[in-house]
Amino acid sequence: MKNGQNLLRIQESRDAGFVERVERESGQRVSQCYQCGNCSASCAYTHVYDFPANQIMRLIQLGQKDVILRSRSIWLCAQCQACTTRCPCNIDVARVMETLRVLAVEAGAVTQKDIQLFYDEFLKSVAAFGRVFETGLLASYNMKSGKPMTDADLAPQVLRKGKLALLPHRIRGRKEVAAIVRRFMDGAPERG
Amino acid sequence: MRIGVFVCQCGTNIAGTVDTRAVAQRALDYPDVVFATDYMYTCSEPGQQEIQNAIAEHRLQGVVVAACSPRMHEPTFRRAVEKAGLNRYMFEMANIREHVSWIGQDRAANTLKAMELVRMAVEKLRRNEPLFASEVPINKRVLVIGGGVAGIQAALDCADAGLDVVLVEREQSIGGKMAKLDKTFPTIDCSSCILGPKMVDVAQKENITLHAYSEVESVSGYIGNFTVKIRKKATYVDWDACTGCGLCMEKCPSKKTVDRFNEALGVTTAIQIPFPQAIPKKARIQKDACRYFTTGKCKVCQKICPTGAVHYDMEDREVVEEVGAIIVATGYDLFDPAPYGEYGAGRYPDVITGIQFERILSASGPFGGHVKRPSDGKEPKDIVFVACVGSRDKSVDRPYCSGICCMYIAKQAILARDHLPGVNCYVFYMDIRSPGKNYDEFVRRAIEEYGVQYIRGRVGKIYPNGDRMVVQGADTLLGAQVEVEADLVVLATGVESSRGAKELAEKLRISYDQYGFYMESHPKLRPVETNTAGVYLAGACQGPKDIPASVAQGSAAAAKVLALFARDTIATDPQVAGVLESACIGCGKCLSVCPFGAIQWKTLRDGSRKADVLETVCQGCGLCNATCPPKAIQLRHFTDDQILAELDALCA
Repeated sequence: MKNGQNLLRIQESRDAGFVERVERESGQRVSQCYQCGNCSASCAYTHVYDFPANQIMRLIQLGQKDVILRSRSIWLCAQCQACTTRCPCNIDVARVMETLRVLAVEAGAVTQKDIQLFYDEFLKSVAAFGRVFETGLLASYNMKSGKPMTDADLAPQVLRKGKLALLPHRIRGRKEVAAIVRRFMDGAPERG
Repeated sequence: MRIGVFVCQCGTNIAGTVDTRAVAQRALDYPDVVFATDYMYTCSEPGQQEIQNAIAEHRLQGVVVAACSPRMHEPTFRRAVEKAGLNRYMFEMANIREHVSWIGQDRAANTLKAMELVRMAVEKLRRNEPLFASEVPINKRVLVIGGGVAGIQAALDCADAGLDVVLVEREQSIGGKMAKLDKTFPTIDCSSCILGPKMVDVAQKENITLHAYSEVESVSGYIGNFTVKIRKKATYVDWDACTGCGLCMEKCPSKKTVDRFNEALGVTTAIQIPFPQAIPKKARIQKDACRYFTTGKCKVCQKICPTGAVHYDMEDREVVEEVGAIIVATGYDLFDPAPYGEYGAGRYPDVITGIQFERILSASGPFGGHVKRPSDGKEPKDIVFVACVGSRDKSVDRPYCSGICCMYIAKQAILARDHLPGVNCYVFYMDIRSPGKNYDEFVRRAIEEYGVQYIRGRVGKIYPNGDRMVVQGADTLLGAQVEVEADLVVLATGVESSRGAKELAEKLRISYDQYGFYMESHPKLRPVETNTAGVYLAGACQGPKDIPASVAQGSAAAAKVLALFARDTIATDPQVAGVLESACIGCGKCLSVCPFGAIQWKTLRDGSRKADVLETVCQGCGLCNATCPPKAIQLRHFTDDQILAELDALCA
């Protein structure tokens, strides 16, 4: 195995409840996967994943919770759904990946802190303005992730073309949107 | 009546969740029951002996066995009671296995339900009457539907045994899919070299009547005596006069007709003989391509034909054949890969199907056996084969394995390497299924000796890059995405049921599964029988099959027909409808509901009209019984009296 484990004692590391949890949360029958590999074949990010999508599915079947939740793949998934579209077993693979992220956050097992940070900042921005304020999001993300100059060289161009606004654009119903985000955040631990 | 009740334990199958002893004890309280017992395996030799002993010892007049479904063992027990001197219809079966022990875990409830089912059977048996079968002669001719390798084998075996055979083929020539193949796995022997002689045999046997380019219109009758209407489709060529010289094909000006035999990879003429070894080797005009039929002018073939065989006014013709048995060997069709948009078949000329590649390999194919790609005729340097296109894929409603693709890909890869030693072959597969004799060795040969690169993973998409195709797939053994550039991509399309299979099944009154494959009578023990007596199956119409299995089934179906025809007569089922003439009011409702045309009018001496059942045609469905207003027509062994007695017993 990657992550320095070449021998996996599958009984010791198996978390039987995890399989059921993933299936329930995602609404997908992961047990139906017969490892054809079409998800990995179709995936735009297989080259940067630590485990290709089909191996993630296999690890779920084996109940290898710790390996999966610490994997990089679940955070790099772009949710393009090519895997979902082409799965011959009709498994919504992208949905499963998303479920795994939620479970990783819940278990405090996130290895890709920056990606989680981006999601958190994104939601905060949505809660504050009713929709995302890109310029603010980029600034706060860059600061908090400790890489303040990331993509700064692109700023003059995108600003000139009007792709990014300097001030947030507020929408009607901000309170309601904020309530949705809050409900999600508050409900997180009890989901499942 | 003196009735005996035998409750079977079926090992633990029934006794596990039913108190069989209690069921037997309770049965002694039912009217007319003078003997009751339970037994470990009632269907066993000693079990049957016990029934026969009890009949003698207790002077039983009727027997109830509470055991499994009557499907398998009702005939067993009927024979047993008959041997002991009872009429075989003085027997009833209560199904306490499939209907009780296998479906419920509650022992008390199960036991109670078993008791009630036994009570119903006893009440019915009390009203049973001895019934006697009559004998009707068997028409010892056999109809074979489908002239692929399975149908050919069945027809030849029957003909060799001296039977009159009628062979109906939908296409212009017999030979089926096998006639399109170049070589066959795992021996790489030439397909037409081994099939050709059999096709010629069919043409030469005097006792085989071949109706090619014909379809079965309707089937009536029953085992031993079927009447089959066959529509001979118009070919616009008199096949008695046509010598198959091919002059018409040379002169026909419509030379751009899509060649269906070559899977649309080449062109042919409007008047055509599909391939050189065709049987019958006769020409046919494809109407929508013919210049005369589309523009009203031409008639070149008629002028050139040395025997004057061309007749543009020919029409479909109907022939009627009387046969005693039917073998269905209608074969299969191949999956259309259009639902896999990401593979681009139909959009990219160099993405083809397995059967198309088979024609490319064939010396009689569109390229004369030179492996070239369709787009520009270049010899490919890299060929990619994609397995499981339309197999094991729920998303396209084909969850089953087609069983032949793993083998035909290995064969095609080997042949491609034989034709073009420099070509690189890649196979994307999910699993290799090669359970036949010498099959796995064959696949290993492809890998080890022919250097075919097998990659374990499915293909995600295929897209063009310059004049080549990029195949993007996975190697799940490596855990990596892989890309292969290819000049030619072959999709191993899977097996699906033959076009029109369901319509034919309805004409034959046989059942089919959700994918249109015909249902055998028992998946293990009656593999070539159907649930319609006298109708047998052979080959891929029953499910995906390779050539050896299809041939074996063709012979097996022939053996079944020969066994049937070994007798001169067949016993009819006496469980048919009968009319009580004094009660019949002559309303004619039974005539209109009977699906088999088994009821006709009969005029009595006083001039009154009564319904009359043709006992040999009646299938015992009971529709007339349910319809008859004065209940004058009754289905024997299932009369209103008997069924109401069962209901009374249940509700008591």
